[in-house]
Parts: sequence; C-alpha cells; structure tokens
Amino acid sequence: MIFRTPKQAGEWVNRTKKINFTFEGEAFSAFEGDTISSALWAAGQKVLGRSFKYHRARGVLSLANHDVNVLMTDGIDTNIRADVVEVKEGMVLTAVNTSGGVKKDKNSYIDSISPLLPVGFYYKAFHTPRRLFPFWENIIRKAAGLGVVNFDYPRILKRKTHSHCDVLVIGAGPTGLTAACTAAEAGLEVTIVDENRQLGGSLGYNRAGDSSVVSQLDILLAKAANMPNIKVMAGAYAAGYYPDHLIPVVSDSGINKVRAKAVIVASGAFEQPPVFRYNDLPGVMLGSAVQRLIYRYAVKPFNNGIVVTANDYGYRVALDLLQAGTKIVALVDMRQTGSAAYSAVLAKRGVKVYIGHCVYEAIASSDKSGVRGAVICAYDEKQNIALTDNKFTLECDGIAMSAGWAPAGALLYQAGTGMQFDYGVEQFVPSRLPNGMFAAGKVNGVFELEQRVRDGVRAANDAICHLGLQAPQNEAEKHVGISPSHPYPMVPHPKGKNFVDFDEDIQIKDFVNAAKEGFDNIELMKRFTTVGMGPSQGKHSNMNAIRILAKIRDLPVEKIGTTTSRPFFHPTPIGHLGGRGFHSHRLTSLHDWHQANGAVFTDIGAWKRAAYYPAAGQSKEDAIQTEALAVRKTAGIIDGSSFGKIEIHGPDAALFLERFFTGVYIDQKVGSCRYVMLLDESGVVVDDGIASRLADDLFYLSIGTSNAAAVYREMQRSQQIWQLNLGLVNVTGAYGAINIAGPAAREILSTLTDLDLSYESFPMSSVRESQVAGVETRMIRVAFVADNGYELHAPMGQIPHIWNALITAGKKHALRPFGSDTQRLLRLEMGHAMPGVDTDGLTNPFEIGAEWAIKMSKPYFIGQRSLTILAKRPLRKQLVPFVLAENYKGEMPMDCNLVVDGRDILGRVTSISYSKYLDRCIGFAYVTPSKKEAGSVFQIRVDSGALVAATVIKTPFIKTLKGA
Amino acid sequence: MKLLTCPMNGTRPLSEFVFGGEYRQAPDQDTCTDAEWAAYVHNRSGAPGDKKEWWYHSPSGTWFIAERNTLTDKVTRTYLLGQNNTTQEEGK
Repeated sequence: MIFRTPKQAGEWVNRTKKINFTFEGEAFSAFEGDTISSALWAAGQKVLGRSFKYHRARGVLSLANHDVNVLMTDGIDTNIRADVVEVKEGMVLTAVNTSGGVKKDKNSYIDSISPLLPVGFYYKAFHTPRRLFPFWENIIRKAAGLGVVNFDYPRILKRKTHSHCDVLVIGAGPTGLTAACTAAEAGLEVTIVDENRQLGGSLGYNRAGDSSVVSQLDILLAKAANMPNIKVMAGAYAAGYYPDHLIPVVSDSGINKVRAKAVIVASGAFEQPPVFRYNDLPGVMLGSAVQRLIYRYAVKPFNNGIVVTANDYGYRVALDLLQAGTKIVALVDMRQTGSAAYSAVLAKRGVKVYIGHCVYEAIASSDKSGVRGAVICAYDEKQNIALTDNKFTLECDGIAMSAGWAPAGALLYQAGTGMQFDYGVEQFVPSRLPNGMFAAGKVNGVFELEQRVRDGVRAANDAICHLGLQAPQNEAEKHVGISPSHPYPMVPHPKGKNFVDFDEDIQIKDFVNAAKEGFDNIELMKRFTTVGMGPSQGKHSNMNAIRILAKIRDLPVEKIGTTTSRPFFHPTPIGHLGGRGFHSHRLTSLHDWHQANGAVFTDIGAWKRAAYYPAAGQSKEDAIQTEALAVRKTAGIIDGSSFGKIEIHGPDAALFLERFFTGVYIDQKVGSCRYVMLLDESGVVVDDGIASRLADDLFYLSIGTSNAAAVYREMQRSQQIWQLNLGLVNVTGAYGAINIAGPAAREILSTLTDLDLSYESFPMSSVRESQVAGVETRMIRVAFVADNGYELHAPMGQIPHIWNALITAGKKHALRPFGSDTQRLLRLEMGHAMPGVDTDGLTNPFEIGAEWAIKMSKPYFIGQRSLTILAKRPLRKQLVPFVLAENYKGEMPMDCNLVVDGRDILGRVTSISYSKYLDRCIGFAYVTPSKKEAGSVFQIRVDSGALVAATVIKTPFIKTLKGA
Repeated sequence: MKLLTCPMNGTRPLSEFVFGGEYRQAPDQDTCTDAEWAAYVHNRSGAPGDKKEWWYHSPSGTWFIAERNTLTDKVTRTYLLGQNNTTQEEGK
C-alpha cells in the first residue's frame, strides 16, 4: 500500500526519479529527495526502529532530527538519522538496537518487565556485591548503546575550512530569510545556515491547508538568491558557539569555522509532544512531522486520524491532514477554551471537535506495530488529570499531536544569553543578549508569521546598527493572544508508559521517583533519570521535564531553570573533529643525516632530536653505553642545533645579564664564557646555560633545548619592563651547533681549523671565532659531557658541511655520533645537575649547591629578594650525587623512586643510570641535609618495595671513581 | 576561539598569544619586609573582576598589557607597558 498525496507545490521529492533500497531485507522504492523514514512511511512500513531501553516499536515522531526513534545502519556507518538522511540508490539498511530484526525484536520482552526496571535501577541493583559487577557490566554494556561501532570504518578525514562574514544568520525560515535579506540590503556580507537541505523552514509546511504560503516563500527565496552578498549554507548546522562569534558549521563535507561580526539566531523551536499513555506508538507523531510528511515528501501520514492538541497549532495540522486526504475522526483539544480562530473552520469541514478532552491512551494494534484507536476522556486542565468516568474509544490509524514548543536556543545559551520564562508564550525567551548576538522569530517567542517577518527585520536592523551602520530602530515584537504552548500538556495514567523522553524511554513516574529519591534539582534529575541525555539531547523532552519537575516541587517553571547547553547541537562525527594534526615540530639541518644513520628520535621542546643510534639488533641501553664509551675513550659528536641561542646586542648587554641571571657579567672578558642561572621571582631555579662574550656589546647565550622559547620570552618581558639600551635576537633557528667531545676531539678539530687549539691559548670556558672547514664558526670550550669539548656554532645551513668534515676527519679516531639520551648519561658522569630534570618547580639554588653561581651583592637580579629570605632558613633538602654498591645487580632504582628512612620520606631520585665506563650505578637524589656529606648512606625504595642502599660521593663521578 | 588585539599587530586569534599572568607592581625590594615580599611573590587575588594581565604575541614577540574582566572574559583595553595613557584602539 502506497501513501502518496497528489502532486503539490513546494514538495522536496522528485517523482520522476525512482530510488530502490532495502530495509531489513525487504525491497522498497522511494522518490529522489525522500528521507529513509519518509520513503518507508509512504510504503506503509510503520515499525522503523526500536527504542533504547524497552525495545518498543517506534515510527516517525518529529521527522526533524529532534528524536532518535529511527536509527539505522547501512553496514558501514551506524546510527544514521533516518528521518532526515536522504535515501540513496542501493542502500541496504537495518534498524539498530534490535535482536532478530525490527519487526520481531527478541528484546521487546523487556517492555513487559519494565515495571521491574525503574530509573536508577542499574545504579543500585548491580552495585553490590562488587565481585559480581563484571558479570552484570558485560550484560549491561551489551544492552546499553544503540548502533554497533564498525571498527573497520574507513578513516575519512574531513577538511576544516574557515570563512568570515559580517552577519551570520542561523535558520532559514521566514524570520531568518527576512533578516538575511535586510542585512544584505544594507550592504553587509551575510551567511545564512540551515540544517535542512532546502530553505524555508516552517513556511514550507505550516500551511493549514492553504498552499498560497508557498508563493510567499518563493518570493523570499528568489529575493535571497538574487543578493550576491548572501552566502547560503544549506544541509549544514551551526554546531556550537565559541567566543567572539566563532561558529562551527557542520555539513557532510566537514566543518566550516565561521567567524562573524554579528550573529542572528533565528533557529525556531522544537515541537514538544503532549504526554499520554502510549504516545510513542508508530503512527502517533508530532503535528509538524505530519506537515513535513505531507508537504516535503508528499506522504499521506495516515487514513483515519485523530488530532490531539493543546494549542491552536493542532487545528492547522488538522486542516493539512484534510488537504492530504486523511479523514479526521476527531480533534481533541485539551484546553477548556478551544480555539476561537479555528473551531468553526473545522466544524464546517465536518470534523468532530472535543473541547476540554484528552487522549487518555493510544491503543496499539494487535501486533503492537501501530495504533488502532484512542481512548478519549475529559481533561481537568487545572489539576492536570484525566476524568475517566465517561471515557470512550475511537478507532484510527494515526494520531497527530501538538502541545507547544521549546526554543532551539542552544547557541544562545552557549553564548551566555540570559533567558527568562515568558508566560505569554509559556516559553523561555532571551532577556539579555551578549554583545553582537541577536534573536528573532520563534526562538525569541514570536510565532505569528507577519510578526516573525517583522522580528527578522528588527533583528537585522539591530545587527546593522551594532556594526556601525545606520538602520531604523524597530520595536521588539511581542506575542499577543493565546499561548502557542500549553503550560502542562501531561496526562497521568496509573499504568504509565506516557513517554516524556523517547530517546531514553522515560515516563512521568520516573520523574516522580527521582524526586522522591531526592534528585529534585533539574541537573540532578537529568542525571538520575537520564532525561535529555540521549542522542537528541533533550530537544523534544527537556521542556516537559522542567514542567514536570516544577509541578512536583510546586514551583514556577523559571525557578527550575534549564540544564546547561553545550556544543555540539547534533552529534558530530569524530572524523570531522579529528582532521589533520597541526602540531609543528622543528628539525635540525642534520635531520636527514640522523635518519640515514639509523637514529631513534625523541621530542624535546618543539624539536626532534636524535636520541641514540642503535646498530642493527642493538638495544637502546647498549647503544647508549657504546656511544658514551666512545666519548670517554676517543671522541663523540652530537648535533646540538636545537640548543636555545640568543644574542644580546647593545651597550647595556652586560647589565641586562646581571639583572636577568644570578652571576656577574660586567667584568667578563671578551672571549670568555660564564655560567648563567635563571631564577623566577620566588627564587626557584628555572634554567641555566652559558653566556659567551663576543664583544663589549655582544653576548651570545646558549641554553637548553626544552626551555629555550620560554627563557627568550621572559628576556623579552624583562627588557619591556627595564627598557635598557639593547636588542635581543633569538638565533636558535639561524644557528646550528655541534659538540665534539672526548680525548681525541682537539686533534680531530685541529685538522679543520687554523686556530691555535692549545689549552693555553684556548682554555676552558672561552669562546673564539674562527673558520672550521671553511665556515665562520663560534667555538666554545665547554666541559658539559667531557673535559675536552668544543661547541661549534655556525649558520644552520652550514652545519651538515662541518659535521661531515668532522666525521671524515675523525674516522681514524673512531669518532662516532651520539644522541641526546647518551648526552644525559655523559653529563651525569660529569656530575652536572640539569634544571627541569634534577630540579622541580620548588627547587631553590641552595638545594642544588649552586651558591657559587650567585652574586648576592649585586644591586638586583630576578629572585634576589627571595633568596635573601631563603638564605635565612634551614635547608629542607639537598641534591646529592650518589653511587650504588659496586657490582650492584639488584632491581634498578628509577627516577622519582623515594629516598626513605623507615616511614619517613627524605627525598627522591632525580637521575640514575648505569655507567659502563665507570661500571657503577650513579645518580642524583634529594636527601635531608643531614645526609649530604660524602660517605653518607641512604635508602632508596624501588618499585617492588625493596630498599637499595646508596652512598653519597663527590662529583665529577668520573674523577672521584676513576681519577680521570 | 577568542580574539585578542595586540597593540602592535592588531586583532589576532588567541592561539597566537601566551598568557603571562597578572600584572602587578613589585614592592621596592630594598625597603619592603620579608612578609610584604612573600605576599607579592606568592599571593594572588582569585576574585573575579577587572584585572591587568600580561599577554605575549608569540609570532612577533610583543609583550603587552590587557585589561580584562575575568568574570565576563571581556577585554576592554590592550596597550604596551607604560603607554596606558595614550589613546589606544579599544580591544575587542
């Protein structure tokens, strides 16, 4: 049986193009433009899905993605919203969340035992005994959830795009279209977005049997189409609001981030269902869904219908049903007043109207696949109870229901709009809009068509003024007459099944129970009952939930408030959100060489550094020890291009260093290097490095990789405050660096430079500028990884040339590259503590024995004042170098293992490593000051809980242990 | 994403900026008491309201002051330190 209406103006289906698809194994045909649900409904298929909890048969409810009665899978994707997704040729569809098919879902027995499963049941029933929870959890997890995730889902990354506009209009109904045209006429760049495939909103379907409104819509659409400065985004939804009017607009092709100067929200309203027993049967649907079926998809919703309404909208729906050829068995109006505007019209069309009545319950057909009638009785609108004495039954195959609206105000809420309850429309409306946000139409509590159009103009004019142009100031529209929403469209029933939330199968009694349990705040009630927590996020249920709670607590609705609205408006695919990564990293000019030579890389700061170079089959530990031994016995070479490198130019350069670092630089000789240590204002060690004086007015600073950007930033801030006569240049990326170290380093280097490398003329802690392999190089003699070390700083692009020349020259000395992990071991052997490794966010210089690096008598340096306070206090901890016993073979302590004394924590290990060169486990640890002297023994508690003895010794380890 | 107006480079997305903490005048370290200094170093007023804050425009290396209400997250002015008396284009 095919339920199609005769051809009518404005329909979305193309009757000349047939589409074939299957649903649950059965073949169906559709017209191009049909949604999955409209095609199935047109074919007489009524059970389209099964509900989440009770597996009840479900059909069309909103046909607008405001419910998830009908979720489907095509075998690849799941949870497809069948009521809005267009059907495509060859689709093979099944409903999700069924066992054995949608028609005979084996899990539908749960519906019959539902009295045993009140809200909160899962929270309580399976809580104890705990050992059984995994058993129950397995069952619950299978029962919960809707579609089954396809782990073979193709990884389709969607491009993120950006656009800008003066005015973004959300919603392309009559209000939004008018607003967009008005703003565009003022010369503004306008973007209008609507989640429907076609524009027009309710103007396309809310006809009350009179299709002349279509021409009004056509005029509006033509006007908008002729404006070159209106950009239309149809089939795309404004997914959320982010600060300064950034609105992600989601469509099939991905996310477009729209940055607007002003936003007009004309998003309309969600129709809310009246609540009565079995209001969820297939065939019971919202009035606006009836209209969408008829006018968008040319589907006759049912043959013999009952309309139950608690506002005037239901009368309009009845007229539309008559237009579609449906016989109206009765119109049931829950209000005592009836409709002044429409009662007579319907009476004239021969429709029986029951004023002050309600649908007490819908009656299911024998196979529960649809509705076969309704029980009607009088309704006490004051007490909100059904008066069942004279109830009677009418036969029908469908029920259209209207009761009112809830504003589609998600983005308004997210933007921080103050909302207040307007009893004139029984709806929350914006009362205080954020700067640059405007609301118009139904979301603003304006319902009459002419008023909505005027409200669109008014909002656009407000936006135009906000953007600094001239526009008339129109008075805000105010709804007059009967409220479009009923204050309490609920019909209690002793047997329940009067659904409020169709996503989660929540009935009136669930709210009563939740309140009895003490969950009588809207946010608590939401979480206990799960109302509004389903995939449609309360679009059709939150307002009724608020009303029910208000009644339970005997409070006005505005005292109950609303739950928090968060992005996204509809579920958005992870693939849309994920997209490409934009985490930048920096590569040195030797990166390709490292890669070609088998380096394992590590991330340090923004840099990729070679950590070590394992030979084939060699372990990390072996590779590091081999590289370290080379440095100790012959020579090693490391790419230090990632070191922070900063030049300080100007007459005040030395003065700047004096203030910024702890040491003395005023009297530093040109050609010499000094240690620098940076503290913060509280006296905590931040970083350290080397300052090389290249000229009276030029210092060249080299600091560790990871903190370099932050140190440079702080230098800039200090200079901003101090305003000294100097310039700071961050040459980290401009200069590369190579450190060649080890007994053979000098000999290798001497083959590539004319500079006298004798220790007398180029002593430790000095800097020289000379050519190395023909390249101008800053050479710094350092002892960071070995006593004989040279840091060679040269333009980044020339570094590979120098590196290759060194490798060639070093061949006969078995020179080999080493990585940053090896460097960590080497500096440990040398006894150098590293800020950030051996210090933390609370460590002061006294605790690491760095008094020698501090000149307290200077007039000022950062952290000085705090050090004067700290110096007066007893030390609480002290960093000490330690060794484990010779030939220690037990469990290796790890970084951060605790130093303990019985139950007391004395400190922790900060660095520890086995050194093959020393054949000893060496490290740094914090201990109480009483144990700081060489020879003191302390206990380290390793992960297994065992205690390992460690002995404090003197650094450098290599000197103390090997005399080297 | 929020927008912030750098006094040197104009209005840019927040991802280009680094927050530098509240701007506070340090007491004279030569004359203040230990307690006054400790209060300056360690204590912050967490009460929401109008604050002067350090912000850093990362691509250009510009430190500046933003006057921001931490309750409404509205930035009323941004300017270079020491130039708060000159006329500035109001930050968004």
